[in-house]
Amino acid sequence: MRRLKVFKNLVIDSLDAITKGSRKYHIWMAFLTFVMLAGMYCYSIQLKEGLSVTGMSDRVSWGLYISNFTFLVGVAAAAVMLVMPTYVLKDIDFKRSVLMGEGLAVAALIMCLAFVVADMGGPSVLWHMIPGIGVFNFPNSMLTWDVIVLNGYLFLNLSIPFYILFRRYQGKVPNPKIYVPGAILSVLWAVAIHLVTAFLYQGLQARPFWNNALLGPRFLASAFAAGPALIILVLAVIRSFTAFKIEDKTLNKISMIVVVAAQINIIMLISELFKEFYAPTHHSESAYYLFFGLDGKTALLPWIWTAISMNVVATVILTIGKLRRNLKVLYFCCALLFVAIWIEKGFGLIVPGFIPGPYGKIVEYLPTGIEVGVTIGIWAMGAFIFTILAKTAIGIELGTLRYKSRKD
Amino acid sequence: MSEKKKWYSLDLGLNRKKSDTTCGCGKTEGGCGSHKPEMTDDAFLEAAVNASIGEEVRKDGFEQVFDVKMDRRSAFKKLTASLLIGAGAVSTSCSVISGDDSKEKAQIDWEEQFKGNYKLMNDDEKKATVDRLMRSYELRTGKNISMTAENAADDVLFGYAFNISKCQGYMDCVNACVEENNQDRDSQMQYIRIHEMKDGKGFNFNEADDNYYHEVPAEGHFYMGTQCFHCDNPPCVEVCPVSATWREDDGLVVIDYDWCVGCRYCMAACPYDGRRFNWSKPEVPEAEINKNQHYLGNRMRKKGVMEKCTFCVQRSRKGQNPACVEACPTGARIFGNLLDPKSTIRWVLENKKVFRLKEDLGTEPKFWYFMD
Ligand code: SF4
Ligand code: SF4
Repeated sequence: MRRLKVFKNLVIDSLDAITKGSRKYHIWMAFLTFVMLAGMYCYSIQLKEGLSVTGMSDRVSWGLYISNFTFLVGVAAAAVMLVMPTYVLKDIDFKRSVLMGEGLAVAALIMCLAFVVADMGGPSVLWHMIPGIGVFNFPNSMLTWDVIVLNGYLFLNLSIPFYILFRRYQGKVPNPKIYVPGAILSVLWAVAIHLVTAFLYQGLQARPFWNNALLGPRFLASAFAAGPALIILVLAVIRSFTAFKIEDKTLNKISMIVVVAAQINIIMLISELFKEFYAPTHHSESAYYLFFGLDGKTALLPWIWTAISMNVVATVILTIGKLRRNLKVLYFCCALLFVAIWIEKGFGLIVPGFIPGPYGKIVEYLPTGIEVGVTIGIWAMGAFIFTILAKTAIGIELGTLRYKSRKD
Repeated sequence: MSEKKKWYSLDLGLNRKKSDTTCGCGKTEGGCGSHKPEMTDDAFLEAAVNASIGEEVRKDGFEQVFDVKMDRRSAFKKLTASLLIGAGAVSTSCSVISGDDSKEKAQIDWEEQFKGNYKLMNDDEKKATVDRLMRSYELRTGKNISMTAENAADDVLFGYAFNISKCQGYMDCVNACVEENNQDRDSQMQYIRIHEMKDGKGFNFNEADDNYYHEVPAEGHFYMGTQCFHCDNPPCVEVCPVSATWREDDGLVVIDYDWCVGCRYCMAACPYDGRRFNWSKPEVPEAEINKNQHYLGNRMRKKGVMEKCTFCVQRSRKGQNPACVEACPTGARIFGNLLDPKSTIRWVLENKKVFRLKEDLGTEPKFWYFMD
């Protein structure tokens, strides 16, 4: 009973916290709301007309939505890079940022689910996928595995921070016996969500571009570069706009993770390029299309080369310790890396899987305005959710949000 | 009907079985005027006549002209026409009738929305959904369709063989397929692709053209058709998260259009470009609709679902050849029961040097190519 009352107060207090803020905060939230509404409008058109309003076709049947989904799974998985040192290895430097990482994971996961729903032809019959009342083709379909791991991870990342914040809100100390097992589980789980998502593609013998053993590990490496890079950027913003203090030391430690992951990612990229181009076979055609174009069709060329150059430049700069410790350079490189991996793990991965088609047909893919609108809308939704979560969490951590601190 | 269900479904209880496919005119339902709201007067007239004369309507052309019943038909037409003028006024004021009707429609829509996966249905449930779909079509358009839910027969395994030496690229099979299977005309969806290949280059799909618009056979070229190969070990079936697609006992790989959620995972998994997606609402002009339908075959699809070649399940399970086989003017296409030692397809497999595409993938297509 008491718990319920505390919870009610928490909801009221956090509502209070997220509706009050500086002028900049209000402009930011209004802007996000506007973008979300625009995205919803685009989605309503898609619902009415069908997926024909997107650039996808029978030849390239997955596009921008699934690309973003794949990338965001990686971002979500990266939260673990902060969870592990904090809860498991008890490294206190990460303590303040770990909640942000988990908030980011929650926002990314919700975006993932939104992208999957946006990609569905029949969102009204999605209940067919709910185990028990629908038919769940488990364990045959990797997609069902993905549904399980994504929702499980979402649950973990909601419940752990909630428990910690709920205790803090009441001015109590969270009991590590309760949250550490959860944290360890979520570490394993994070690897699983990314590996399973890679298996989604890796398991298709029909698409040689995806059907290679390196896909899973490469997913992990790039995710552990892009995710923490985003966390660094987010922390930088929070640091400058709120009273929440994050030490340089924390940023430096996170940047170490980014560097190592980015380096491994590049090594794997080289290995992949070697395999595709040293002794090219019929199966290398997709890679040819991606990197050099096929039959004069070169839509992806500018993208992939931009991505690779950004990737290499950022990795090289970050490898040099002196440059890395300069925060301005660090932020710049993180932004570069984030965009580069978004391109690479996004449509640089999904689209070439379909080109050339099973019988060598080359039909290119270009997202339409509506598709882009929905995509940006979902990103805005993610930012919106994260802002709300972060604002509440910061309030509680700073002690401004406390049970009964306001009442009586 | 409620027991032994393998899924959750809601029953509003508004009606029990409405299995009669003809209109309930003058019968217990009291719903003949029921077609009214959706239809033009002409359509209504047609429907009313159909309903009253019953099976007679299926006779057409000559039969009708020489049949005495023809007189009854035109008599009915005149009679109903005069009644219509009055009826129009009545039915607009009398909301009970149209209310009944929209209630039934709502009930059907509701049950259809929450029905289970066809694969798991027993025969009664299959019949119930087929009846609902026919009734729903009738309520909407005033026309009757015949839809069946025939199951796979015992000791049948369908297979297909394609004679590369004979095919001349006429594309008659493609057109016959589109007409038979009610494919979307707007997007020009086609299950079959004919690849035009250059002589002397072997089976080089990369340089083949599957979208030609010129006179055939073109000098120095040969032709090869592809479609869904009804793999015996189909990767498309494995990946479907909701089991909306499966292999039937007679080897046909089919889709429950009402269960598919449109994720297109199967499309990515098919190595043979066998699947097609309804990117928008499929449109077939009313006059061109093939009304002999099967639940798993050529019934009308909706937007956002997968479809593909079913070896014309509505025909093959009745012992007929698929439309493409029948339409081919050169006899390049051979279809039959692989388990029947006397079938032509067995003869081809035993006496010709046959091969299949991408055998290394282990999909075991039931579609063989051969040359004379
Ligand atoms: S050809 Fe493609 S769609 Fe047809 S059964 Fe094989 S994998 Fe499935
Ligand atoms: S598109 Fe439909 S049939 Fe294909 S995998 Fe998805 S739900 Fe199954």
